[in-house]
Amino acid sequence: MQRSARGSSPRWLLRLFIVGLLGIGVSVGMAPAASAEDLQLTVRVQDEERNAIPGASVTVEAPDGYSAAGTTDDEGLALIPVSANTIVTVTLDEATVTQPVIEGNVREVSILTRDKTVIFRLGEGGGGGGGSGITLERVAQLLVGGVVLSFVIALASLGLSLIFGTTGLTNFSHGELLTLGAFTALVLNTAAGINIIIAAPIAIIISAALWGWGQNQFLWRPLRRKGTGLIAAMIVSIGLAITIRYVIVFFFGGAPKSFEQFAGQTPIDLGIVFVTPKELILSAIAIVVLTITVLWLKGSRLGKATRAVSDNPALASASGVNVERVISTVWILGAGLAAYAGVFLGLTQNVVWTMGQYLLLTFFAAVVLGGLGTIGGAIVGSFVVGITVQLSTLLVPTELKTAAALFLMIILLLIRPQGLLGRRERVG
Amino acid sequence: MDFGFILSQSLTQAIGVTAIIYCLAAIGLNVQFGYGGLLNFGQVAFVAVGAYAVGATVISVGSSLWLGVAIGIILAIVLALLLGIPTLRLRADYLAIVTIAASEIIRFAAKSSDFLGGAQGTTGAIGADFYALNPLPEWDRFEFGPISFTRVDMWVVLVGWCLIALVTLLTWALMRSPWGRVVKGIREDEDAVRSLGKNTYLFKIQILILGGVFGALGGMMSAISRGSVQPDGFVPDFTFFLYVMLILGGTARVMGPILGAAIFWFLLVFVEQVLKEGVSSGLITFISTTQIGPIRFILVGVGLMLLMIFRPQGILGDRKELMLDAR
Amino acid sequence: MPADTTIGTTAVAALAELQPEPGIAKPDPILIADHVVRQFGGLRAVDVTHLEVQRGAITALIGPNGAGKSTFFNVISGFDTSDEGSWTYNGQTITNTAPNTLARKGLVRTFQLTKSLSRLKVIDNMRLGASGQTGESIFPAVFKFTWGRQESEITERAMNLLERFNLAAKAQDFAGSLSGGQRKLLEMARALMLNPDLIMLDEPMAGVNPALKQSLLDHIRDIREEGTTVMFVEHDMDMVRDVSDWVVVMAQGSIISEGTPLDVMRDPRVIDAYLGAHHDSALTESGQSLTESTSKEADA
Repeated sequence: MQRSARGSSPRWLLRLFIVGLLGIGVSVGMAPAASAEDLQLTVRVQDEERNAIPGASVTVEAPDGYSAAGTTDDEGLALIPVSANTIVTVTLDEATVTQPVIEGNVREVSILTRDKTVIFRLGEGGGGGGGSGITLERVAQLLVGGVVLSFVIALASLGLSLIFGTTGLTNFSHGELLTLGAFTALVLNTAAGINIIIAAPIAIIISAALWGWGQNQFLWRPLRRKGTGLIAAMIVSIGLAITIRYVIVFFFGGAPKSFEQFAGQTPIDLGIVFVTPKELILSAIAIVVLTITVLWLKGSRLGKATRAVSDNPALASASGVNVERVISTVWILGAGLAAYAGVFLGLTQNVVWTMGQYLLLTFFAAVVLGGLGTIGGAIVGSFVVGITVQLSTLLVPTELKTAAALFLMIILLLIRPQGLLGRRERVG
Repeated sequence: MDFGFILSQSLTQAIGVTAIIYCLAAIGLNVQFGYGGLLNFGQVAFVAVGAYAVGATVISVGSSLWLGVAIGIILAIVLALLLGIPTLRLRADYLAIVTIAASEIIRFAAKSSDFLGGAQGTTGAIGADFYALNPLPEWDRFEFGPISFTRVDMWVVLVGWCLIALVTLLTWALMRSPWGRVVKGIREDEDAVRSLGKNTYLFKIQILILGGVFGALGGMMSAISRGSVQPDGFVPDFTFFLYVMLILGGTARVMGPILGAAIFWFLLVFVEQVLKEGVSSGLITFISTTQIGPIRFILVGVGLMLLMIFRPQGILGDRKELMLDAR
Repeated sequence: MPADTTIGTTAVAALAELQPEPGIAKPDPILIADHVVRQFGGLRAVDVTHLEVQRGAITALIGPNGAGKSTFFNVISGFDTSDEGSWTYNGQTITNTAPNTLARKGLVRTFQLTKSLSRLKVIDNMRLGASGQTGESIFPAVFKFTWGRQESEITERAMNLLERFNLAAKAQDFAGSLSGGQRKLLEMARALMLNPDLIMLDEPMAGVNPALKQSLLDHIRDIREEGTTVMFVEHDMDMVRDVSDWVVVMAQGSIISEGTPLDVMRDPRVIDAYLGAHHDSALTESGQSLTESTSKEADA
């Protein structure tokens, strides 16, 4: 999520100030155009599998007559200087690429006060977003995309739901557990040069220990001891989410990154749908992980204790359950599952500091739809949300696909506040 | 390092347009959350409605700004009713999730609406009617010690602070009244207030409307002063920053959001400028200029956590009163 | 507030004539409940066939833990929704009516876990109780001259009640700084600001120190003497025996016995219910007195 206009307004005011000092009358309405091209527009050209396309020519034109051109390098990137507070037209020369450009070869981009990125995707547009009209192929393809997304959501929401169930915390930094997991894997993968197949499990273990156990041990547990209220804790989690996000930007920058391996894969044709092998394998692992987790929660002693604490912490504690140990376990589990979701998302899409934040509301939607604090509910809810997000693009513009899931959540909350699988609560 | 410059920058920002916009929205949040205990995480939706109302009325429809202001207030009330009537019966944490979801739905919808300018938003002379009323003398700069504004800015800032004064006065008058007593009672324990014969639901809708209209006023100021309305300016972080300001200043204090917004922007700009000067003058070598932006927001995040943990009553809050907080 | 002191005595006298059996009709009932059922999952937490509450008397609702007393209270007072049944108050049907509507009709309740409004001053807690305040409407609220006068009248009435409940010295303190017992007193005083006809007290003695208990009992009697009907849920048998005119016993959601305190304590069904429940310490050896051990529990 960009902070765009407001996050950067100090700079905007600074510019206004300087311009004012120079004695040039400026209308506040029309923010001044700085004469120097001090911002950078990154044009990224890639195919549907996000493979970089080098050698594509792009031109950039601004209304003030400014124009610049560039050609994409081996990473599929062309860096073009632009000035702030303008709207530029970016054109990709179709003659320099071999495949058609999805969603057109001309884009309008508003440049405010920070660098921007424009992505051109090449291909037939069969990858889910493109095409129009409701055809069997399209529905099937979206359904597959929805199921894949559902696994990511389910992995994260299960932890969110368990943490809520055992501690009552509405954790607004749960998305960052996913992001942290992905970046941990990225560091192991790109900086330490470990193949992602090995780096991923290590990252999951590190995440479970550091971001899960550690976070609980050094932040939430002391707060519980201090008797911090649930609303206060919720606001603390917002502060934590903001902190984590910008620490990541500080060290890694804002641009999306990919793992070294499996970045580009040719989808395999399964009759009416296309799926990449990595999506199949990651989904299969997700099924195994989710099944084991659910069986463990239902069967093992610690799992039963977890559910007992979710039901009634005081009663569980009185019957000899070590509540703190259960909470610790839940954080470890939650962070581990979220880290896998992060690796999953990082492999199928890319690794970026906002990846968890973008999905956070879908996690909430999943958990609330299923019934806050229920295990089966979180998973059922995830599939409802994931599939709704994808299938909704049949009817509404792509920008609104997440909105569709959120809308569904709100409607369900109004009709059935306890969620699909939740129980009616006892009042008083 | 030129501290004079840094200080004048920071002070200008502390009373400047951005602080005014956030301040209005934060006063609204103070009515809802500070006094009424309503966990509204979607305050930015009201800001967006205000901004888009004037933006679209002037640019897309080509009508008068004042019509846009009226439409903005009406739409804020409508949004409060749409949001409040079904959701104000929900538990606090559900309300938080629903309001944040609603604000995102509105942002996504604005982004996909051609009428509202899509992802690019609406840009143009939104504030022309407003600037035409500028009675200030035709000076280049208006200087007050280290702070100075252009004529146009001066007018915006002047009107902005008058608006804040008005809204604050209204809040003060309401909160000392029996109406305010019921609202504060709802924050403490809604069931107790219901058991005393008050229709708490009605009061909650009223505070949602009131706070929402204040937020919409902030949005209008933003659209007028910036001459543009961008959908991605209305992300949930906007609301979160409002919480930082509110808690910094002191919740349920009439002056809390004003002090909070001013200090927030002062600190943010101060830190940014110090780091910038430090980097460019070679005093700070371990970070690059692109890392200054994130540092500011790390400070916001850490600040919010530390405030909430160690001084949740903020600057103006009463420690004694806070100790009684059972939430 | 009707100050006819004879109401209480005649009501009590009338009760003494009645047969002690569940669901018996009262000569002048203020509240009548029929077939009230509240289920949680498969559990019938409340299943009350018929209950009448005598006007002007003090009625106690007792029973072992989990008997459904508080749930029944919640349902009647509008804080919970019944699955079946209907009930009337002063002859009006008030089935599943919102609590704020009930309070305006004169049916006011207090809570087991006191709901004093911590970060409001004691005096503001009291003022909040007054009904019909002009200043509670948003537009007049802005202008003090529209409500200032009413406010002083309310304050005067509130101070008088605080005097009576020995809380006048605390008027300007935050309610959160009061002790548990003082909060119970405040809550009761605040409820009286509404001039109720029927006041429902949920465990008024829970968490109150013994020194304050006597004073609480006196206040409850005073409330009856002023003509207000009192109904309360209680564990403390001392209190039940001392203060109540009529006792209703619930077990497993239903009413198993009704009568004067003496009648009820002799009733073998009541003894069984208390002994059968895990509330094992409820009775002394003879079964005649339900005193000491329960009162200890209520303190805990």
